[in-house]
Amino acid sequence: MVTPTENDLKNQEGIGPVTQGDKIVIENLSIDYGTVQALKNVSFSVKEREILGVIGPANSGKTSFLRALNRLNDLDLSVRTRGSIRLNGKDVFRQMDAEEVRKKVTMVFALPIPLPMSIFDNVAYGPRRHGVKDKRELVKIVEKSLQAAFLWDEVKDRLSSSAMKLSGGQQQRLCIARTLAVDPEVILYDEPCSGLDPISTAKVEEAMFELKAKYTQILVTNNVKQAARVGDRVAFFLMGELVEIDEADKLFTAPRDKRTDDYITGRFG
Amino acid sequence: MKISSQTKQKIAFTLLGAAAVLVIVPVIVIFAILIEKGLPAINWQFLTAMPRMGMRAGGIFPAIMGTMYLVLGTIVVALPLGVLAAIYLVEYARQNWLTRMIEVAIVNLAGVPSVVYGLFGMGLFVIFLRFGASILAGSLTLAIMILPVIITASKEALSSVPRSFREASLALGVSKWQTIRCVVLPNALPGILTGTILGISRAAGETAPILFTVAAFYLPRLPKSVFDQCMALPYHLYVLSTQVPNVNPKIQYGTALVLVGLVFLLNLVAIITRSYIRSKKQW
Ligand SMILES: Nc1ncnc2c1ncn2[C@@H]1O[C@H](COP(=O)(O)OP(=O)(O)O)[C@@H](O)[C@H]1O
Ligand SMILES: [Mg+2]
Repeated sequence: MVTPTENDLKNQEGIGPVTQGDKIVIENLSIDYGTVQALKNVSFSVKEREILGVIGPANSGKTSFLRALNRLNDLDLSVRTRGSIRLNGKDVFRQMDAEEVRKKVTMVFALPIPLPMSIFDNVAYGPRRHGVKDKRELVKIVEKSLQAAFLWDEVKDRLSSSAMKLSGGQQQRLCIARTLAVDPEVILYDEPCSGLDPISTAKVEEAMFELKAKYTQILVTNNVKQAARVGDRVAFFLMGELVEIDEADKLFTAPRDKRTDDYITGRFG
Repeated sequence: MKISSQTKQKIAFTLLGAAAVLVIVPVIVIFAILIEKGLPAINWQFLTAMPRMGMRAGGIFPAIMGTMYLVLGTIVVALPLGVLAAIYLVEYARQNWLTRMIEVAIVNLAGVPSVVYGLFGMGLFVIFLRFGASILAGSLTLAIMILPVIITASKEALSSVPRSFREASLALGVSKWQTIRCVVLPNALPGILTGTILGISRAAGETAPILFTVAAFYLPRLPKSVFDQCMALPYHLYVLSTQVPNVNPKIQYGTALVLVGLVFLLNLVAIITRSYIRSKKQW
């Protein structure tokens, strides 16, 4: 195999099925864990600054898909990935290194994972590691990120207290603030409200709406209603296959596939 | 006569309780004897003066300082080496024959008698590498002896840091090494320190490894460099008890009490460190 030169790589940008407004283009993506096929030959694209809801019953490959997008699957040696994912036209597996991808495509996990340090240090964690040393700049980043995650007013008087003392909903918004602080382009959420009460959930959703102005967001959720509330478009995964992807109102009112209809009306899953 | 299961249970509990109590009896007896016979010997002069009259009088200052130097030298060598090895094994090594060999080696090293370490240290550091009998050779020997303890404790401490913390950090585009440095290590520190201090307290009390590598029989002055020999408490105690005739038993017991006290103190520090950091730990 010939390794592409830098020029080839440059030339490749912008060609292929990348159309204006496509942030991420997924082509023939398959993911295997040994003999278990978690994702089967999935192709679609994610538009710039949309919220893409991803729904589907358990074990349909949603998490595996998200973790492929920011290459967290690399950590699991049993994972085999085929196909390609392009971010801004650049192949995330072959033309970017994992850290570069993860800085641009960050992730909020199902359970909030505050790091065992203060609220301020949690948000400043990413920027510090990426080389921001100036204290005033850090303060600015932290404030901006906490505001964007709708948490600032609740914590501004106790930034130096432990993040572990926050409530679950606050912790999840802290995690969102932490990802915002590294100035990403895409934010992935893996069932971010599964452990939260309705009020906290509403706050997280509100934050997502506000973030639309700047970020592309992909929300995996086990809550069909949440996908309908928040998603611009919604993708339905079933047993590793992408069954359907469409505008949220279309998918929920007039699904093209019978299986989608069954799932959203609660007949299985 | 039939014994009811209730009674049987009572008998079993009593036996088990007795076994548990038996464990602390020797500890109490040893401490009681040491304190009774050694405490009268201990005063400021005993702790800070050079030995005199062929060690039959004066203090044990050079032995205390020698043990301190050896402990320090052992930490300096064993802590970084042990922690780095543990990081490699836990975070980087893949499961293959090499890592399995390393793990087996660690387990076996932990079971090697200390006198073998002494002979090994003499062969390698004193003779082959020409360090001579010196603090350097002694510290290196002790360090190798306690490496398994430090590696095992560090490995355990590193693996107990939740995987989710690592992922949270990596998901921000932070590199693996930075993740280890800034998230994993700080959270593993209490476990690592506890293991290290326990290892060190063992090193402080051993005679055999320092016998041929550093310990001086009688050297009433402090060492000037790492290439000097020094006295050390465990060896000094051995010498006082078996090699020098007509030593006042007060001095023997006093020396033993200082040694045991030192080791006890180190263990206490380990326990306090651990419980302090545990109480602050939030996950
Ligand atoms: N680390 C793993 N090792 C082996 N199989 C896995 C692993 N993670 C997920 N799988 C399998 O891959 C399939 C998809 O899982 P996942 O992506 O977690 O789905 P979802 O998030 O939709 O529940 C499941 O059959 C699951 O058992
Ligand atoms: Mg999942």
